[in-house]
Amino acid sequence: MTTITEQEVAPKLTAKDFASNQEVKWCPGCGDYSILKQVQTVFPDFGIPKEDIVFISGIGCAARFTYYMDTYGMHSIHGRAAAIASGLKGLNPKLSVWVVSGDGDAFSIGGNHFIHLMRKNFDLNYLVFNNQIYGLTKGQYSPTSEKGKVAKSTPYGSVEEPFNPSELALGAKCSFVSRSLDRDPKHMQMVLKRAHEHKGTSFVEIYQNCTVFNDGAFFAYSEKETKQEQSIYLEHGKPLLFSNGTKGIKLDGTTPVIVNLGENGNSANDLWIHDEHDKTKAHIIASFFDTEYNGVHFPRPFGVIYSEDRPTCEDGMEHQIEELIARKGRPSLDKILSGDKTWTIL
Amino acid sequence: MESIVEQNVGHDTTLIEAESIVIRFSGDSGDGMQLTGTQFTDTAAFFGNDLSTFPEFPAEIRAPIGTTAGVSGFQVNFGSKEIFTPGDEYDVLVAMNAAALKVDLPRLKKGGIIITNTAGFDKKNLGLAGYPDGANPLEDGTLENYTVHKMDVTKLTKECLAGSGLGMKEIERSKNMFVLGLLFWMFDEPMDYTINFINEKFAKKQDIADANIKTLKAGWNFGDHTEIFTTRFHVAPAKLPKGTYRNISGNHATAIGLVAAAEMSGLPLYLGSYPITPASDVLHELSKYKTSNVKTFQAEDEIAAICAAIGASYGGGLGVTTTSGPGMSLKTEALGLATILEIPLIVVNVQRGGPSTGLPTKTEQSDLLQAMYGRHGEGPLPIVAACSPADCFNTVLEAARIAVEHMTPVICLTDGYIANGSEPWRFPTKDQLAPINVTFATEPNGPNGTFLPYKRDEKLSRPWAIPGTKGLMHRIGGLEKAQETGNVSYDAKNHGAMTKLRAEKIEKIADYIPLAAPDSGKSTGKLAVLGWGSTSGSIKTAVRELLEEGHDVAHIHLRHLNPFPKNLGELLSGYEHVLIPEMNCGQLLQLIRAKYLVPAIGFSKVQGLPFTTSELKNKILEILK
Repeated sequence: MTTITEQEVAPKLTAKDFASNQEVKWCPGCGDYSILKQVQTVFPDFGIPKEDIVFISGIGCAARFTYYMDTYGMHSIHGRAAAIASGLKGLNPKLSVWVVSGDGDAFSIGGNHFIHLMRKNFDLNYLVFNNQIYGLTKGQYSPTSEKGKVAKSTPYGSVEEPFNPSELALGAKCSFVSRSLDRDPKHMQMVLKRAHEHKGTSFVEIYQNCTVFNDGAFFAYSEKETKQEQSIYLEHGKPLLFSNGTKGIKLDGTTPVIVNLGENGNSANDLWIHDEHDKTKAHIIASFFDTEYNGVHFPRPFGVIYSEDRPTCEDGMEHQIEELIARKGRPSLDKILSGDKTWTIL
Repeated sequence: MESIVEQNVGHDTTLIEAESIVIRFSGDSGDGMQLTGTQFTDTAAFFGNDLSTFPEFPAEIRAPIGTTAGVSGFQVNFGSKEIFTPGDEYDVLVAMNAAALKVDLPRLKKGGIIITNTAGFDKKNLGLAGYPDGANPLEDGTLENYTVHKMDVTKLTKECLAGSGLGMKEIERSKNMFVLGLLFWMFDEPMDYTINFINEKFAKKQDIADANIKTLKAGWNFGDHTEIFTTRFHVAPAKLPKGTYRNISGNHATAIGLVAAAEMSGLPLYLGSYPITPASDVLHELSKYKTSNVKTFQAEDEIAAICAAIGASYGGGLGVTTTSGPGMSLKTEALGLATILEIPLIVVNVQRGGPSTGLPTKTEQSDLLQAMYGRHGEGPLPIVAACSPADCFNTVLEAARIAVEHMTPVICLTDGYIANGSEPWRFPTKDQLAPINVTFATEPNGPNGTFLPYKRDEKLSRPWAIPGTKGLMHRIGGLEKAQETGNVSYDAKNHGAMTKLRAEKIEKIADYIPLAAPDSGKSTGKLAVLGWGSTSGSIKTAVRELLEEGHDVAHIHLRHLNPFPKNLGELLSGYEHVLIPEMNCGQLLQLIRAKYLVPAIGFSKVQGLPFTTSELKNKILEILK
């Protein structure tokens, strides 16, 4: 890998420097365009040489992302990007590795790799463009589609429960769980930056609108009329406020309760203060999805739900080798070839 | 056994000088027969015999005790001459219980020796083994054509270890050492090797070490002092080529071969693997070589294992994945990706009986056509196959050389027989190994400082530009690519051209591999036996014996199965008959007939067992008639 010395520091890169020469071919109006733009916008701030960045994707509309970044990249096979990325990162821990996936790629065909990647905690970033539908195969329900979804393969509605990706990631011991959405560029940039800064597997779920097969799936969280009631933005150390600051969430034991501020003496001081490092509370926040508490529906959380510092898999592998070599020395190949027990025929 | 000299050595014991002896250790899965066999083997190897082993055990870890399903066997053929197979039949059968006798008696030579533990022949064990009520082969004369030594090993061991302070379970577990000691006495082999082994293994449990050594010696003394045994055997050291040897199994040789490949190429080794019988030992062995900067990654499944290896190769490592049949099936899609990516990758398939779960612990050669054609689309890949335990080293090294120098995944086939079997290996030194040439791209290779990831060299292989290399950023993927630029292309003619280029690249490897030549026999003649993989030992033995008997036969053995050596068609056309024995239904046969239009004759055995020498000799003689 190239290391950059001070003399060689190049002028700061721009978003344009990260655009490849390939024509972007998503459908007009696709949420993927916004994600590509936000990634290209924040990357110069990371200060990583382009050659040290690698995008690995699987199959699906989202997976084409790799071709549009002027970095190293591999557009691989369906569901396996996580496994390929882990091999790459395991071999060369100095690289900045980004996996781009979709809801089918990550949670259906790649479900096994997804959960094990979270558990193993390689230091890489896993972006899932969740549009709750299969786009590239033209409109079948996905593992995140809502129950009852009418789609190509479910003309009478899906009978299955969807995954809640945040709960899935937390359950799989993910060390960084977050959510953002295509229509909030600033928020997405913030989350991408946080994901990059986190050492360990950073899971970023991005709600992404599919204009052709599932248009408006997330409008409740992005459009002016409903956004304030339906979404809540998390900030570490700040109270859980939503609805333009008129409502908040407090904890009654382990039960979250929505309160109207100013009513019954409720003030912001009584609210639940978001602590990214509290796993128990992260589980409760992640459950603001389809769980109702006392019959009450809760707003969908966005931001960093959980983050935790714990050793990465690649560091574990490297340290074990270093420690063993320090203790036992590196054997010569001749020693390995001969082994311990030999005999000689004269 | 082939005896040379008989002499009386006093008392009532005769020492017979034998050229080679086959022993079958057979008992219940829990009787420690694999360990006993291995210790006997290592001792024989250490004192200069040539040998070949065949461990055979059930797929179940602890099959029902005492039943025929639970019988675990270890066969060793050791000699003062060159040995290439574990032997068709055995001279000595050690049967620790009734089930072991029942399963393994049919392949004991007439007049052979049976050593039994009578404790394993009580009413319960006889019943479990399926003998009719009241029948006992040790008592009813069914063994009258054999020399039978009956002893209550369990009781003798208990008496030996009375007062040792060990529990009954631990005492019973030592009974295999009694048998081993007796056999060491009987075959005139020293106990030192095993005593050292026991002391190392139980370094922290001195009481257990002492008990095992005491039992081992008791077994020896039992042979020496009781007057039951009147014959001992001695097998002189073999006249093997001069040099330093070690004993090695195929899986171990594969692991070492991979470490050597990493060192000779200067690439860091990255193994992605998922446990599967009979390939797991490669993962186990390689995991011990972390001090050689080897990274081993036990993946969540077979697919992740190959994908991690692909990721590592993409990053500039020597990516390897090891598996067996069912795992190979799971890896197939990813193997297609590696094929179109054109990156180095080594895939080791330790073949076992199939299809599906098949016979996990038994051997077969039935994945050749899968290796050849297993991918969807046109996806030719190089294939190499190992022909003996030690040859796994050479073969996997050759796989690595082809993978790296020709930028392609390579399939390396071994099988359960040679993976678990072992033989003495005159191992090479590092300076005897050829370097593996790796060139990473560091400079643009296209117009205006652009990088063309699919620009080809004289081998038709493409540059390997790894992440971290300044100025060579590029994207590769599973979609068809335009020539040179590697950009996505759906152009019809381009797809045709790329398909052809990928195939030509693999064919071109034939320019870089040795020509085919007979291993024994002449390069033209009446009959050539063409083999690949682990049938080598049996074919070699059969053909050499027939040559000695004056028949016009030859043996050609293939390491490279795709592409074939360039002269193979011409070589085969020089024989009146070509016989292809395979532990499958005729897979190489199909390839050879299709490619060279020679009327080769197939000889199949799909029984989870290797060919015996006599099976092959009979078949050859039938054709020569």
